[in-house]
Amino acid sequence: MAARLPGVTVASVRGLTKAFGERVVLESLDLEIGSGEFIALLGRSGSGKSTLLRALAGLDREVSGELAVTGSVAVAFQEPRLVPWKRVLGNITLGLDAPVERAREALAEVGLTEREQAWPLTLSGGEAQRASLARALVREPDLLLLDEPFSALDALTRISVHQLVLELWARHRPAVLLVTHDVDEALLLADRVLVLDEGRIAHDSAVTAPRPRHRDNPELITLRADLLTALGVSPEGRS
Amino acid sequence: MSVIELEAPAEVRPRSRPQPSRTRGKAWQRWLSPIAVIAIWQLASSTGLLPPRLLAAPATIAATAADLVQSGVLPTAVGVSLQRVLLGFGAGAAAGILLALVAGLSRPGENAVDPIMQMLRALPFFGLIPLFILWFGIGETPKVLLVALAVSFPLYLNTFAGVRGVDGKLAEVAHTLKLGRAALIRHIVLPGALPQTLVGLRQSLGVAWLALIVAEQVNATAGLGYMINDAREFLRTDVIVVGLLVYSALGLLTDALVRLLERRALSWRRGFLG
Ligand SMILES: Nc1ncnc2c1ncn2[C@@H]1O[C@H](COP(=O)(O)OP(=O)(O)OP(=O)(O)O)[C@@H](O)[C@H]1O
Ligand SMILES: [Mg+2]
Repeated sequence: MAARLPGVTVASVRGLTKAFGERVVLESLDLEIGSGEFIALLGRSGSGKSTLLRALAGLDREVSGELAVTGSVAVAFQEPRLVPWKRVLGNITLGLDAPVERAREALAEVGLTEREQAWPLTLSGGEAQRASLARALVREPDLLLLDEPFSALDALTRISVHQLVLELWARHRPAVLLVTHDVDEALLLADRVLVLDEGRIAHDSAVTAPRPRHRDNPELITLRADLLTALGVSPEGRS
Repeated sequence: MSVIELEAPAEVRPRSRPQPSRTRGKAWQRWLSPIAVIAIWQLASSTGLLPPRLLAAPATIAATAADLVQSGVLPTAVGVSLQRVLLGFGAGAAAGILLALVAGLSRPGENAVDPIMQMLRALPFFGLIPLFILWFGIGETPKVLLVALAVSFPLYLNTFAGVRGVDGKLAEVAHTLKLGRAALIRHIVLPGALPQTLVGLRQSLGVAWLALIVAEQVNATAGLGYMINDAREFLRTDVIVVGLLVYSALGLLTDALVRLLERRALSWRRGFLG
């Protein structure tokens, strides 16, 4: 994936439906993910974001509808899911074709060089999350699925990891589907922001402001209000 | 009651006294009662209260042990018994673990293997000795087989449970990391099942010694069991006790080995479990 190919999709979902017993979580959901596109996915807790990601990752075969994913996929799960009996570096290199130097670079990028030989059970929550992120990023996939990868990071680390993800995205141009609860984070990072509600994509807006973006960009302010409404929260400042 | 009341505040008091000396003092105290028992035993023997035909004196036992080692009788016997245990354990462990993997890794495998294993497990396998003698004679084969059979069940049951208990979320990780089936088994399933397999290993070593003792009692022309049986004919209780002590020493030794192995193999849990 050297350059962004407009009009080419890495993932195409039509009429995707997923039910757990009686409970329908995704209902006839449609979604196209363009190659190199950075998408943020918002939605209330329990709206089915992780369920959608699992389907895209090919981890859930019990779904109905059409689902086509072309190219390689890498996932950073909502919980870090490091393999506890492999040291941090071993987790990064697991199933990796690239030389070990690439894994070391990825660890350096997320600031974990020091913890390379640590056992996962000894990592802090944020360290484990960064290791999990490095494990996904190092694979340079065509589609990168990130399920709330920044939730356990402090505000400062979060900013630098945002930077890191944007840099990697600019370098390799994978399509990114980033699940987040943070509307501002979505607006700062993504080309396109989706809201998942009632089992389908209830809101889909493009963000065209050039990066690096600032929170008080007028486009972002307007979009933020729209998104908060779509999420069922009254936008701040409304009288 | 008064003891408890007196000791309770001592627990709450800040640890001003150096810890090691206190624990060392306690360790020493733990030796007092065994030494007292041996002293009383020796006294009873010396005064003729305990006749040697029932139980030899500790001093006699120590001297006999030295004799048996020097004459080479004990080392030879231990060598024979150890070989039986090692062969039986090796065969039983290999079979138990292999069957557990077959059953654990696939439903058809489970359907084929598990019912048979559950049925065999219900057999009182020491009761099989007469059949084993009919089938295999009185040579090494029935003894080694009995040990193998006894060893295979704890390892089978624990490894099977271990394989089935591997976190499904890690299997999903393996899938997203594009690990093939062989790599999944090697990097996720086997290490994931290892803690439970090691539990099975300790249990199986325990029954391995037990099975050996039983097998050697029945009939043997060499080994520790033979040495003990032979001694019984001549009322040599000292030799019998030496044999029993060697059995338990070997049991403790193998247990310590497994614990060492556990510490090595499960070091990834140490940071977590302390
Ligand atoms: N294996 C399962 N069995 C039954 N119900 C499930 C299962 N997995 C998810 N669900 C249900 O499906 C719904 C969607 O779950 P999902 O994990 O996709 O939510 P989410 O949008 O990722 O939420 P969060 O933001 O809290 O992570 C939830 O109500 C959840 O309880
Ligand atoms: Mg989720």
